Amino acid sequence: MDPLRQSPSPCSSRPSSPKTPPCEIHGYVGIEDVLDQLKIKAMKMGFEFNIMVVGQSGLGKSTMVSTLFKSKVWKCTPPGLGMPIPQTLQLKSVTHVVEEKGVKLKLTVTDTPGFGDQINNDKCWDPILGYINEQYERYLQEEILITRQRHIPDTRVHCCVYFVPPTGHCLRPLDIELLQRLCRTVNVVPVIARADSLTLEEREAFRRRIQHNLRTHCIEVYPQKCFDEDINDRILNSKIRDRIPFAVVGSDQEYLVNGRCVLGRKTKWGIIEVENMAHCEFLLLRDLLIRSHLQDLKDITHNVHYENYRVCRLNESHVLPRGPCWVNLAPTPPGPPVAPGPSKVCRQAREDSDDEEDDY
Amino acid sequence: MTSEVARHLLFQSHMPTKTTCPSSQVSDDEQKQKRENTRSLTMSGHVGFESLPDQLVNRSIQQGFCFNILCVGETGIGKSTLIDTLFNTNFADHESSHFFPHVRLKAQTYELHESNVRLKLTIVNTVGFGDQINKEESYQPVVDYIDAQFEAYLQEELKIKRSLFNYHDSRIHVCLYFISPTGHSLKTLDLLTMKSLDSKVNIIPVIAKADIISKAELQKFKIKLMSELVSSGVQIYQFPTDDETIAKINASMNGHLPFAVVGSMDEVKIGNKMVKARQYPWGVVQVENENHSDFVKLREMLICTNMEDLREQTHTRHYELYRRCKLEEMGFTDVGPENKPLSLQETYEAKRHEFYGERQRKEEEMKQMFVQRVKEKEAILKEAERELQAKFEHLKRVHQEERMKLEEKRRLLEEEIIAFSKKKATSEIYQNQSYMASGSNLKKDKDRKNSNFM
Repeated sequence: MDPLRQSPSPCSSRPSSPKTPPCEIHGYVGIEDVLDQLKIKAMKMGFEFNIMVVGQSGLGKSTMVSTLFKSKVWKCTPPGLGMPIPQTLQLKSVTHVVEEKGVKLKLTVTDTPGFGDQINNDKCWDPILGYINEQYERYLQEEILITRQRHIPDTRVHCCVYFVPPTGHCLRPLDIELLQRLCRTVNVVPVIARADSLTLEEREAFRRRIQHNLRTHCIEVYPQKCFDEDINDRILNSKIRDRIPFAVVGSDQEYLVNGRCVLGRKTKWGIIEVENMAHCEFLLLRDLLIRSHLQDLKDITHNVHYENYRVCRLNESHVLPRGPCWVNLAPTPPGPPVAPGPSKVCRQAREDSDDEEDDY
Repeated sequence: MTSEVARHLLFQSHMPTKTTCPSSQVSDDEQKQKRENTRSLTMSGHVGFESLPDQLVNRSIQQGFCFNILCVGETGIGKSTLIDTLFNTNFADHESSHFFPHVRLKAQTYELHESNVRLKLTIVNTVGFGDQINKEESYQPVVDYIDAQFEAYLQEELKIKRSLFNYHDSRIHVCLYFISPTGHSLKTLDLLTMKSLDSKVNIIPVIAKADIISKAELQKFKIKLMSELVSSGVQIYQFPTDDETIAKINASMNGHLPFAVVGSMDEVKIGNKMVKARQYPWGVVQVENENHSDFVKLREMLICTNMEDLREQTHTRHYELYRRCKLEEMGFTDVGPENKPLSLQETYEAKRHEFYGERQRKEEEMKQMFVQRVKEKEAILKEAERELQAKFEHLKRVHQEERMKLEEKRRLLEEEIIAFSKKKATSEIYQNQSYMASGSNLKKDKDRKNSNFM
């Protein structure tokens, strides 16, 4: 899948692929066995997935992660639970290796306790963006080494799940600010947290209003419309886009319902089943994140967000030569070497040709 | 076809048994995890990420695969026929002449479909290899071509705005080296070429036109070839034996190298089937018969089992080696002089300073030279001017002198004229006086004389 919709860079003098006359195969060759080879190689190497949960305290982020991966992700009590509200935003990262049916997954979950909890929440997104950019920076540094590792460890955040508090009205200014900034650097999946406090009608109205807000402020959440490859993708992703943000409920406790053991929340008026589509949309979130779009999330992170970061970074520090010539003959006077500074928020370098200077 | 289905099942059946891995592997994993500061998590239910390999495969199917084969061998040894037979198509390649002065490489790309897999196959053939009388330069174009593909990829990777996933990978993934079936040993050209290629590409040697050699000779030939390769230190591609599913088959195939192959697209009726074969008066050599040739083994190894590994080796071993050498050549290092890690950027900045300083110096030099030349020219011109001035003065003086002389002459002339007119006046007076004294005849005579005189 080629998620990047950029037009080919004007400097590419060679076409991306030569003319290929299609040839007919008269018998058995065995090309399709390469799929098996791929599978074996992938299983041996294992997969990596890094997810970040962002939202205010008490919205059930840690519980949601535990529910998603059906295990106690946090070694001790989840951060933020029962502890005093931290003064500043701290990011806590924990890594696990899970295995299912021979498939090994190295899962890294980053939590953000203290987000949006202060009186003055100005620039509270800086640590988050700093963390994300730091992971990109780490990958970039590994990539430009002379002697590279065979497999560069991937700590880049593939997906950021943003928890919207269930006010029932619309997105708050804090949400909008953060989403605007986050969507430019990472794949964001917004969810309505603690959806058991809203009735179904309220949920729908809330959802529509959030979607309207997102459209008004030009916030592109995952799955981004511009990365749809073909008609099938568009149809599939439109269905998902219609339901975003998902209204989710998380729980790690099991109760007996109708003879079955289900994850749920027990209240005086009933048991909310987490995996029941009639009660909440947790299954949709899980399917999106894990069962169907995990590889796509990783691809878009690698091909789009990381490349954008790289372009910004290299442009600002003249790390690598521009174009085919190896020496930069720009007439800037030689100054002191620029040390790799703190990560910056990079602007999107997509089809908006007006705000990206042409290097060639 | 049933063998393929069986193989699929074999692969699939091996996947779930990975959970029950032997205890030694578990402790290895644990140690690794301890080192990485991660811990293993047991899930209480089914999460569903076992579909991850399928997601990966789906993405690859959509992207399509790319495979590049380089065939090196003498003209007429059967490279095109073998490729045709391997991929069961007619790639429409005509015979090439034996009279090329230099070795050239010809690349052609084809798109093949099998079930839902799209393969973009590039075949690179050497044209004119081994035909020249002087073969010293024969292998250099091949090495240059391989390097050029690595270079193109490196350039793309180093660009600021790059599109790697869109990039048509033209790096050579495997090199099939065709050995002539002499039955004795490797030719010197073969050794030289393979030695220069072994660190740049995965080499699989094949014995071409193997129907010339008898079975007994073939065994000896293979042993001789392998021992020659080993003793010369040529590193040919070894089929990987680290994964249990294919370790056994790969290990046994490693023992059959180099494969003795026969290629043919012609079909001959054997029994009641049409098979690919070569028909001779003394019998029929069947291409896909394991007793007659190793063709099936080659196809197995090249395509069915190890295509992905070949691509991976090219990318992670050969390309990385090229990249490292190239960047080190440019002066970039990872570690600075005091053994502190040096970033690419600092080195680059240093180099930029250096080059910039160099440029400044050269500019200064040129300026100096220019000024020098100007001065010289100016001096010459001044000299010329002075000379002209002197000439002018001289001429003027000469002119002046002439003029004075002429003036002098004129003055003398005028004086003479005055003197003459004076004389004339006085002589007339005298004549008048004498005429009045002597009478009229004399006067008439004198008049007559005077009139004659005048």
